[in-house]
Amino acid sequence: MIDIKNISKWYGSFQVLTDCTTTINKGDVVVVCGPSGSGKSTLIKTVNALEPIQQGDIVVDGTSISDPKTNLPKLRSRVGMVFQHFELFPHLSITENLTLAQVKVLGRTKDESLKRGMKMLDRVGLSAHKDKFPGQLSGGQQQRVAIARALSMDPIVMLFDEPTSALDPEMVGEVLDVMVQLAHEGMTMMCVTHEMGFAKRVSNKVIFMDAGKIVEDCSSADFFGKPDERSPRAKDFLSKILQH
Amino acid sequence: MALNLDLSFLTADVVKANLLPGLYYSLQLTVVTMVCGVVLGTLVALMRLSSRPWLQRIAAVYVDTLRSIPLLMVILWFYLLIPAGFYAFIAGGYGLAHRPEFSAVITFTIFEAAYYSEIMRAGIQSVPRGQVYAGYAVGMTYSQCMRLVVLPQAFRNMLPVLLTQTIVLFQDTSLVYAIGAYDFLKGFLTAGQIYNRPDEVLLPAAACYFVISFSLSMLVRRLQARIQIIR
Repeated sequence: MIDIKNISKWYGSFQVLTDCTTTINKGDVVVVCGPSGSGKSTLIKTVNALEPIQQGDIVVDGTSISDPKTNLPKLRSRVGMVFQHFELFPHLSITENLTLAQVKVLGRTKDESLKRGMKMLDRVGLSAHKDKFPGQLSGGQQQRVAIARALSMDPIVMLFDEPTSALDPEMVGEVLDVMVQLAHEGMTMMCVTHEMGFAKRVSNKVIFMDAGKIVEDCSSADFFGKPDERSPRAKDFLSKILQH
Repeated sequence: MALNLDLSFLTADVVKANLLPGLYYSLQLTVVTMVCGVVLGTLVALMRLSSRPWLQRIAAVYVDTLRSIPLLMVILWFYLLIPAGFYAFIAGGYGLAHRPEFSAVITFTIFEAAYYSEIMRAGIQSVPRGQVYAGYAVGMTYSQCMRLVVLPQAFRNMLPVLLTQTIVLFQDTSLVYAIGAYDFLKGFLTAGQIYNRPDEVLLPAAACYFVISFSLSMLVRRLQARIQIIR
């Protein structure tokens, strides 16, 4: 479903991604992990072309993102994305946050998009807050609304860019619960996260990055179950985050 | 030289005949300039923040030029350079008869847009980059993302500054005196001339400008406090 083929990216003369290649199939739950500054967030943002790449290509559901003929907004409307800092639209109510893009981008009617939006809001357990503004919700609630906003667009794949990193510890669970449920329902997901518990339990594939390169690309059973087969860099990373 | 202060000539009739039409024009000029200036200024700000260097350059030249020339000279230049035929074209005989008034609206819009554009540029930059990403991520085009996500927030963030600039603009409209447009100040001066009080009349004129501008400033301050609570 997503084919990342030998992509490289530079910020000026600094290379952030070096020759990254991987494939994500329908129904996969892929966790991307690695030390900070390793290029995980950049990698996930290249999938829906929020970050342009200078070399290689990414094909999402048959559509190449580097083909100049590709309608990027249309492609992005089919790829859901959840951000570290939620990025709900603060000047709009929760309801408007959920319906805006459905109406303006997908061309759905107000009623249709409201119905769809409310269904997704109910799914993340926040129906009672539909008339509030993002600023009136807690971080965890905002992130769940952000997930509902992305789901309202009926995406073929969901991208999560460190969805729990900006949350207070007691709110991490509620967001992960939504993500676990989503994974069990068969949603194709790519998640940049440090939640190794989530990675272990839910993902079927782990990508480990370091210094802009994909160092490990294996099943999560292998990643966590066979530490001896891992590269020294991944071993080091695992030993640091798993000991706590 | 004793100032023999006698303002008794400022009767209700004079206010109605001379001052109110002038005030009406000054307010009209202010409001039209604010609306058109903010729209044009927003476009210039978007050009200045565009990724295309030639658009950036055009916008930068526009803003830097107008901000480096005294407003009074811009008013005079526009008045002298735009031919009468142009006013006849946009408003017929009425345009010809009110050439200074029309000229002032055009001049102020173009001039103030340079200042509004800098305010809007700061406003757009005050919206976190993540908001733009979020707009794009749900499939918005550049123009949708600007119209629906960035500009409403930029405008809200900058509202107090935009209004403060508008109060300055209201005071600056008195400069149209130079081209003979009939504004609030001209209303006072005309009344002063008719009743042979050309000097004293400047005092009530200043007082009126002060009261209007100061009250508006107070309103902006209260608005600012309310916006801060909402955030």
